[in-house]
Amino acid sequence: MPLLEIRNVTRRFGALTAIDNVTLAIEAGEFFTLLGPSGCGKTTLLRMIAGFDAPDAGSIWLDGRDLADKPPEQRPVHTVFQSYALFPHMSVARNVAFPLQMAKKPPGEIAEKVKQALSEVHLEDKGASYPHELSGGQKQRVALARALVTRPRMLLLDEPLGALDAKLREQMEIELISLQRDVGITFVFVTHAQPEALALSHRIAVMRDGRVEQMDTPSRLYGFPANRFVADFIGNCNMLPATVSEATPHGLRLAVRALGEVAAPPAERARSGQQGVLALRPEQVHIVAANTAHELKNHFAGRVRDFLYIGDVTTYVVELKNGTRIEALLANSAPGRARFFEVDEPVKVAWRHDAGVFLVD
Amino acid sequence: MAVPRAERLTKWLIAGPPLAFLLAFFLLPSLIMALASLRYPGEFGGLAPLAARAGEEGGLTLENYVLFFGDWIYAQIFAKSLGIAALTTFVCLVMAYPLALLIARSPKKRRDFMVLLVILPFASNFLVRVYAWMIILGPMDLLFTRFAVIVGMVYVHLPFMILPLYTNLEKHDPALLDAAQDLGANAWHTFWRVTFPLSLPGVFSGSALVFIPVLGMFAIPELLGGKGDWMVGNMIKEAFLGTRDWPFGSMLSLMLTLAVLAIAGAAALFARRGARDA
Repeated sequence: MPLLEIRNVTRRFGALTAIDNVTLAIEAGEFFTLLGPSGCGKTTLLRMIAGFDAPDAGSIWLDGRDLADKPPEQRPVHTVFQSYALFPHMSVARNVAFPLQMAKKPPGEIAEKVKQALSEVHLEDKGASYPHELSGGQKQRVALARALVTRPRMLLLDEPLGALDAKLREQMEIELISLQRDVGITFVFVTHAQPEALALSHRIAVMRDGRVEQMDTPSRLYGFPANRFVADFIGNCNMLPATVSEATPHGLRLAVRALGEVAAPPAERARSGQQGVLALRPEQVHIVAANTAHELKNHFAGRVRDFLYIGDVTTYVVELKNGTRIEALLANSAPGRARFFEVDEPVKVAWRHDAGVFLVD
Repeated sequence: MAVPRAERLTKWLIAGPPLAFLLAFFLLPSLIMALASLRYPGEFGGLAPLAARAGEEGGLTLENYVLFFGDWIYAQIFAKSLGIAALTTFVCLVMAYPLALLIARSPKKRRDFMVLLVILPFASNFLVRVYAWMIILGPMDLLFTRFAVIVGMVYVHLPFMILPLYTNLEKHDPALLDAAQDLGANAWHTFWRVTFPLSLPGVFSGSALVFIPVLGMFAIPELLGGKGDWMVGNMIKEAFLGTRDWPFGSMLSLMLTLAVLAIAGAAALFARRGARDA
């Protein structure tokens, strides 16, 4: 039995349908992420799990029990809020003790558990500090300790890393992963930042306009996006418009306008004559000098239009003969060399016949 | 060093006029009053000259203070005034808090209108409002009682409690209430553990704005109260306008000011200790 089940939940705000008939199940011990652009309904869904909002239709089940008439304070689910929501008039230790006091634990047990929770987030020596004396990362940890100290069945995290700078965010991501593994509590994480979702999650539900577009592990979402939205939202993706000329169980032949034919891996729904796009990740696209003979069958000539030097890699934007732009990634393994090709240089782009995903329009 | 000096000059230019005003019209009169409390009354009111002429009273004396500390009646009237002020403050707090909370948690558009309603009574004259209470309480046989005094005091001072409370409560982060509830607190605990402690600055300033004026009030006890409801303010008024004993009135005023300062100091000390222990 899954720990949490969301069954056909719908939530409307006036004319807006914030959550549109969503069904999903989260297993115990999972790090589950609700990922989507702002306004996709992910926070609404989180608030309904916490109990701050109620579905207009459908039901939410935890441990096989319907949560409908349980107010937030009676749900074994705690939230880490985006603004942390630490009580400013209480010391760190008293903030962490709060849920234990509400659960009427004896003082001895409270002291012990507060100490343990603070050491879990590496803040042993900050118990007497006040929230305004802490850095953003420290506040974040206090919020985590406070939400985890009673060992809830589930921890909800509402864009908790949004307010941190990039370096700190990466560090907190690593800490979140090890914290979740150590305490073994199910995390439901809400974010609009796809790198965060990919790095942290066991499974991700990609949401748009109140619906779940695709739900899978990070690597399958990245490798096999179900539609254009997911392909575009997760990572960078080249979209090469094409028509199916032949579909077999072993692969597809696609006609690309003004360029010729390419081979692509099989796609279940693709039928001959259908329009769509071949979604190719930039790192799947090889870039070589124009005069190089290439062993890959899928290759086209083009010119470098732009490049973006990131440090470890450089992204080249190559314009094909028909005007389509393709991004190709090249690792900068040679030291001190920022680029291998110049703007306007004629080049060739190529990719394996089993690379990419054909997405039917 | 040129910039800080310019800054300092700006500060003085801004703070200067009100500072000068307070020096001229508060500190100086207070000193004059303190001196007056040590002088003899003039024969027909006012003050006797500082340099005594033959056969006349003059110069400085501690007579008024001897009188004040020598007779229980003054301490009793002070205690009664403090009691009335404390009760008024408490009733105002209990009545104002729910209303301030209601306004603070209303939709933003409605808040301004509700605040306007709170200050609307100021549009009519203070004495008119007190006379109105005489008309209301008279037929009910409640006029000239302690109850009538408290009703009048609360009515007049309630907005001074509501406004600072509202200003404070309005600034509370609603996420804190969600967090408290999320962590297992019911409505009762959420209020007493989060909302109320965070509103203490508003409670203190509202209480000061009610307590201090009530302590010195004379019009309401005079119009709504009976003979037993005389407060410090009534004694001061009587000393200046009735018996025309200015030194005695000055002494009473000074004692009242000192009492207020002592209470404010004690409250500040208490608040600081409370904040440290929290």
